[in-house]
Amino acid sequence: MTAPLIIFFVLATVAVLGAISLILQRHPIHSALSLIVVMVALAGLSLLLGAEFVAAVQIIVYGGAIMVLFIFVIMLLNAGEEERTNFSRLATFAGLPLAVALAGFIAAAIAHSSSNLPAAAQNGALSSTRALSMMLFSEFVYPFELTSFLILVAILGAVVLAQREN
Amino acid sequence: MNEFLTNYAFLIVPIIKIAILVLVVLTMDAYLTWIERKVIAHIQARWGPHRVGPHGLLQPLADGVKFIFKEDPMPAGVDKAAYFLAPFITLMLALTSLAVIPFGPQRFTIWGYETHVGIADVNISLLVLFAITALGVYGIALAGWASNNKYSLLGGLRSSAQMISYELALTLSVVGVLLIAGDFSLRNIVNLQGTTGQGLLTWNIFPQIIGFICFFIAAIAESNRVPFDLPEAESELVAGFHTEYASMKFAMFFIAEYTSMITVSCLATILFFGGWLSPFPIAWSFTHYLPSLLLVPFGLWVIYDGVHYENIFGRLLLPAVGAAFTALGAALLLFPPVNELVQGPFWFFAKVFTFLFVYIWMRGTLPRFRYDQLMSFGWKVLLPVSIANVILTSVVILWRTH
Amino acid sequence: MVPTNYYLILSAILFGLGIVAFVFKRNIITIFMAIELMLNAVNLAFVAFSQALGKLDGQVFVLFVIVVAAAEAAVGLGIIILTARNRRSLNVERVDLLKL
Repeated sequence: MTAPLIIFFVLATVAVLGAISLILQRHPIHSALSLIVVMVALAGLSLLLGAEFVAAVQIIVYGGAIMVLFIFVIMLLNAGEEERTNFSRLATFAGLPLAVALAGFIAAAIAHSSSNLPAAAQNGALSSTRALSMMLFSEFVYPFELTSFLILVAILGAVVLAQREN
Repeated sequence: MNEFLTNYAFLIVPIIKIAILVLVVLTMDAYLTWIERKVIAHIQARWGPHRVGPHGLLQPLADGVKFIFKEDPMPAGVDKAAYFLAPFITLMLALTSLAVIPFGPQRFTIWGYETHVGIADVNISLLVLFAITALGVYGIALAGWASNNKYSLLGGLRSSAQMISYELALTLSVVGVLLIAGDFSLRNIVNLQGTTGQGLLTWNIFPQIIGFICFFIAAIAESNRVPFDLPEAESELVAGFHTEYASMKFAMFFIAEYTSMITVSCLATILFFGGWLSPFPIAWSFTHYLPSLLLVPFGLWVIYDGVHYENIFGRLLLPAVGAAFTALGAALLLFPPVNELVQGPFWFFAKVFTFLFVYIWMRGTLPRFRYDQLMSFGWKVLLPVSIANVILTSVVILWRTH
Repeated sequence: MVPTNYYLILSAILFGLGIVAFVFKRNIITIFMAIELMLNAVNLAFVAFSQALGKLDGQVFVLFVIVVAAAEAAVGLGIIILTARNRRSLNVERVDLLKL
């Protein structure tokens, strides 16, 4: 039981518990808080994998901007607790085991295919921010410019959606 | 025992450093409130706290006792989880951000464990600080929403919107420094400012004056201080997002605000003012005696003031404090190795205190912005100026490398 | 050293939980958050593969996924706000007719 393995299990448990809490909570604000916990745990796991810039960007952008947007919208719309529904009960009784079975099937398939992947090497110098940015601006410069265009379109879309009815 | 220490030094040494840092920072917070009240009082031509202890020095202690013993009610209809968590999140984030700040240049070895002056030495310390600033919005938004109160909700939403807007300008104004340094690590940024050893002239403030101004303004807006403190001003929205919070939870918000002030001042000194570097060139070695030259007269003055104080408590306490300062200054003069150790942290804390004084000075002097003026300033003035600073810096760097 | 499979299994579990949340919750904002959970699970898989194969492409792709998620969240939440105002409910089971 080496230290990285212990940290992995702690963070993985926190992430899974956060995801389960997202499903089980009734009020959307509590679901949003659970999702933030999941994101911080996943950022910690990225840090464990040696991807420090990705971990920081996940917390800054996902946890610090996107989830804040979600929380603002929930507060703005005054989203109350979930109502009870009288639609089909078959979905609950048969659907949940099926979904769990799907996830379990994928996990088992991964666990059995262990021969192809080499052991993960802990190489800190590999994922330095400088190397990442060199790659971003040399090989991936075309998707990079496309994402800037995408953000521009999203900004315009949000502005149009937020206009008042004239 | 020695073997236990050597084996587990990687756990014990950081815990000791964390304990020392938390103790120092919480004491600094408490006495920062005293300094603030005294300075603002003197700006407004009155005395400030001067009854509790000599010169009001025990006022923070009295405030702490009050916070502990006051009733801590939980209003009806609050969202219990969020109400309980919001001050914890704010305080936890404010204190965690101090973990990545380097306070001095030395690297030393304790019990076989090589370490430095600071708690965590990570490659991306600046990004960690931004991540923690980004998460700090949640404490305020949740506090505003969880209290079952219209004014708290409005104050919380306004405050979080203000924090998000100025966070962008904050991050962009630092990019100029990053372009010059080429590294996210705060320690390397300071080391790069001190390579030529010429003191004041090589600090980042001179190439990055626009960046510094944008950074400082954005940082004041981030910590919700005057002139950007409309969301928590007393005359406006009752008390903003912390209306419904009483004793200990309010104390947590309070401590978190002052700690974030300290963190931002540390960040400003590290990024723009050379961190622990002395403003004088290294060749002027007589400036190494400056700490003791300041401490000894100050200690003597405190003794003189204490001897003539009006009540017996002051006549006992103040000379003791003054004697401690004088002894410290004399010890620095007599033991040169200790003097060398103290140089880095002394200059660091001197600059941090200058920034904190400027913060408090602004609170006593400036009126506050209206909310729409605040938001339009952040988006229409500060953000374009920060972006222009980035473009200008990169153009100059490109031009110089050719 | 943590084997890469552990990260992938965790990613699969989180993705499955995201699907469960997407299918079973009735509040449109919670469903949107389930989408973000699925995207995060996939990000973890990307970073795990990036480290296993020793290349940085996975991490660059994670940055793109985060950007796309941000743009999608902005526009999606705008649409949700307008729809909620028109129909006065955030329940997806109420939004089952084209006419109000």
